[in-house]
Amino acid sequence: MNEGEPFIRFDWIADNLDAIGQRLGEHLLMVIPAVLIGFVASFALALLARRFRRTYGPIIAVTGTLYAVPSLALFVLLIPFTGLTLVTGIIALVLYTLLILVRNIVVGLDGVPPDVVEAANGMGYSSSQRFWRVELPIATPVIIAGLRIATVTTIGLVAITTFIGLGGLGYLIINSGVRRFFPTSIYVGVLLCVLLAVIADVSLAWLQRRLTPWARSRVAG
Amino acid sequence: MELFGEGLAWLSDPANWTDPRNGILLRLWEHISLSAVALGLAVAIGLPLGLWIGHTGRGSGAVIAIANIGRAVPSVGWLGLVFPITLVILGRGGLGFIPAVIALTLLGIPPIVTNTFAGMREVDPDLIEAGRGMGMTARQVVRRVEVPVALPVILAGVRVSAVQIVATATLAAVVGGGTLGDFIIQGIDVRALDRVVGAALLVALLAIGTELLFSLIERLLVSPGIRAGMSSVRDDAAQLLPSEPVPSGH
Repeated sequence: MNEGEPFIRFDWIADNLDAIGQRLGEHLLMVIPAVLIGFVASFALALLARRFRRTYGPIIAVTGTLYAVPSLALFVLLIPFTGLTLVTGIIALVLYTLLILVRNIVVGLDGVPPDVVEAANGMGYSSSQRFWRVELPIATPVIIAGLRIATVTTIGLVAITTFIGLGGLGYLIINSGVRRFFPTSIYVGVLLCVLLAVIADVSLAWLQRRLTPWARSRVAG
Repeated sequence: MELFGEGLAWLSDPANWTDPRNGILLRLWEHISLSAVALGLAVAIGLPLGLWIGHTGRGSGAVIAIANIGRAVPSVGWLGLVFPITLVILGRGGLGFIPAVIALTLLGIPPIVTNTFAGMREVDPDLIEAGRGMGMTARQVVRRVEVPVALPVILAGVRVSAVQIVATATLAAVVGGGTLGDFIIQGIDVRALDRVVGAALLVALLAIGTELLFSLIERLLVSPGIRAGMSSVRDDAAQLLPSEPVPSGH
């Protein structure tokens, strides 16, 4: 950092809007597929765990261990399989969503009161009708609570992918920020990460309220 | 796949461990000492704060704010935020250990505060009432009733914090803080992938080891009577939904 240079240089921001937008785009192009794939994979694992209860413990143990592995290490350990590519980034990000999502989907579905299930059975619902029309809607607030945590976590983790050359907002923080002693770029990167997380979180909370208007008072945000 | 073999070969060469300037032992020591100091500071700040807010019930809005900030700022963001400030204040001393330890402490505080708070609020009010009825002072109620009952949730917060700190200490290399991350970050730059993969294996083991160590501490410290009363699902939910420990109107 040069003597007397201000912390935030607005002229740099104005001159580099295109580059900043490009990094933001790269960031989103990792977050969105990772969360979507993670959600589908978690749903499958959660259904498996509910059908065969014995698999729940091992699924949580394995996903929990993966969750403890530092992101930089996990990205690097996938390099031997998939190289320094976007696929490496997405696989690692998907793995990180599994613990949170599987657990919330299972806990949400398990939380459906037995007499509600009984009532659905009494009304002659088949098990798939019961799942889609009764159990899943009741579990939705807990599932979306998990989705919010997973999405916000993923947005933060994508910032690490710059270390394996994938760009994203981490590029602004590390490559053009910390490494060049240039605070403006750091703060722009961090601020955009935070904004992205807040927007994603608020949008999902809104989605949850729209999908389950009856649950408004029972599950906090 | 052969990269794994190269990583293991790098790890199994004793010369790589003992190099006094850039050896694995030195980096491991940097990693552990940095993490330990940051965790100690995070507990020293976060625990009293969470206990106080949880006990009095005042300032729960602050806890939710801390939880949300903690979640929204990316781990590498803390390093980025702190680094220019220490650099301006301390000059060259603003590189290395100091910005790293400040960033890791800030990163470690939110899980401890939110879990301590959530644990304290979940204590059955009847128990607190019973404590008071037995003539306990407010301090005694906190020490003998609230903390022991809330302990599993509090310790889960410390564990989450510890794992995050150890994980993020890897990134401290970028501000000159050394640690095992140094092999990874420098190694990628010069395409020395044997070091990169070897160090990543060590970092992964260190983080998993931290998780196991703190799970063991939880097992040892939590009173058996309280442990028996908890279902695993409740324990999981408490760690996973720390942003919603208190529904509004609580």
